[in-house]
Amino acid sequence: MENANATNAKPEIAVSLRDVNKWYGEFHVLKNVNLDVERGQRIVICGPSGSGKSTMIRCINRLEEHQAGQIIVDGIELNNDLKNIDQIRREVGMVFQHFNLFPHLTVLENCCLAPMWVRKIPRKQAEATAMEYLERVKIPHQAKKYPGQLSGGQQQRVAIARSLCMKPRIMLFDEPTSALDPEMIKEVLDTMIELAESGMTMLCVTHEMGFAKTVADSVIFMDAGQIIEMNTPDEFFNHPQHERSKLFLSQILGH
Amino acid sequence: MVAYVNTETLPSLPPPKGLQGPAAWMRQNLFSNWINGTITVVLVIGILAALIPFVNWAFIKADWVGTSRDDCTSGGACWVFVYVHFKLFMLGLYPEAETWRALLVGGILVLTLAGLMIKGVPLKKYIQIFALFFFPIVAYVLLSGGYFGLPHVETNFWGGLLLTLVIAIVGIVAAFPLGILLALGRRSSMPIVKAICVVFIEVWRGVPLITVLFMSSVMLPLFLPEGMEIDKLLRALVGITLFQAAYLAEVVRSGLQAIPKGQTEAANALGLTYWQGMYKVILPQALKIVIPGIVNSFIALFKDTSLVLIIGLFDLLATIQGAFSNPKWLGYAIEGYLFAALVYWIFCFGMSRYSQHVERSLKTTH
Repeated sequence: MENANATNAKPEIAVSLRDVNKWYGEFHVLKNVNLDVERGQRIVICGPSGSGKSTMIRCINRLEEHQAGQIIVDGIELNNDLKNIDQIRREVGMVFQHFNLFPHLTVLENCCLAPMWVRKIPRKQAEATAMEYLERVKIPHQAKKYPGQLSGGQQQRVAIARSLCMKPRIMLFDEPTSALDPEMIKEVLDTMIELAESGMTMLCVTHEMGFAKTVADSVIFMDAGQIIEMNTPDEFFNHPQHERSKLFLSQILGH
Repeated sequence: MVAYVNTETLPSLPPPKGLQGPAAWMRQNLFSNWINGTITVVLVIGILAALIPFVNWAFIKADWVGTSRDDCTSGGACWVFVYVHFKLFMLGLYPEAETWRALLVGGILVLTLAGLMIKGVPLKKYIQIFALFFFPIVAYVLLSGGYFGLPHVETNFWGGLLLTLVIAIVGIVAAFPLGILLALGRRSSMPIVKAICVVFIEVWRGVPLITVLFMSSVMLPLFLPEGMEIDKLLRALVGITLFQAAYLAEVVRSGLQAIPKGQTEAANALGLTYWQGMYKVILPQALKIVIPGIVNSFIALFKDTSLVLIIGLFDLLATIQGAFSNPKWLGYAIEGYLFAALVYWIFCFGMSRYSQHVERSLKTTH
């Protein structure tokens, strides 16, 4: 364990959701969601579209607001206090389905923007850190290019590097490979696997079963706004318990 | 079923001869068949028939230099009219002895703009700061005087192109930030801020500029306390700025709407505050998209400045109209209007070209 010498014998909780509920108008998207993520844990969240999985992780960095329940990230409770939100967002990185790189900035500028403006790190130092992470995702030679000049897979790796430049303690992935050509999925997954092996706390919404089996500590299956099943990847994929999980797995593995 | 496997990679060849070059272009586009050929010939003859007399009148048979209308003897255009009144058209009734001040301001303006626009000029950041914060002060002190022993020149004496440029530049520079704030306010999630911005924009945009100018020059003094007086030019400037800001706000808002939501989300997820995200992520992209719309507004504003004529300010067009209404110069309205058109066109075309240059230099894809 990473925190073996911590005074607290219990593992440190990085993210905790307690009875979280959310509505879009009349529509109940999250129903009594409870979840504890320990530091260093890798969680994969899957489920049919519209099941609330993206909404759940977007609540963790307040891109969506929950209306009932409690979300505690890194010991800080998410509420309407803007200071708490800012503090949490600094520690939580996010990778989006459509990359959301800033198209008017070069790859390097994309990576330096937040460290310079949020963490007030001098440009030189921010650029050095950015190059380090770009090297880690294996695209340092593209640093001076604009996102529009890169392939989808390269853009997603830049997006990962951009998040890492803020040195987050928790990373959220919202279907990071769903918008990619099949040939590019692997390069992004490799980057994510490497990141997982370095001990990062990760919550990934993804349907990449290979990735889940390789790195996940547990798999969460959601349907209609509820967490329906949570198990180790082996158990979940080989012996799903809930009828809905069985149906879902048979559908995505059946073709 | 026979499997097919392609084993050769074809080389890229140059296009066949006769498909490119001006001759091929003309054959394809102007003379592709006898109907198109006839139309081409007829149109060319028509254009020449209109153009030749004009060139003849405006250039070949024209008189250029002189002191009075008696010098116009050739029967063509009488540019002597413009030549004689040139100083009036440029500076209005700005006092003769102080002309150097207006010219100096013009010189500084040209140098500053050149410094801002030409690539590779060093210390750009300082030029920008100078242009935005110090140039207005320097220009005001020089033009208006009253400081450093410079005689005071009342704004009543400002006129011609000088006045047109003062109104246009102040209008553009002041309306731009205000327009951005209004656009952001209109998209705000705070209901009161949003309501104020919507009302402001809709009121100013729904009123003709002439009404705004009349209000500022006739109505506003009625509401001010006795004895208090605000300079007529200043009143017009405020009116034009607020009017223009309302238009710009909608142009900028259209740009903001074109930016995908993901950009704001990415900025937020990285921890940037609202203003940081706007300043570094959203506005640079939104403004780039609406450059054509913004320049469109600026060009419209530049020409709308001529409306200040009706509240008794003598801009370029008003001085020209005044000059050809003078009994000594009756009958030279065409020359006057052509000259006005040329000057307006030079500035508007300049803005248009510059905006296209900016658009190209901001392109970040292939």
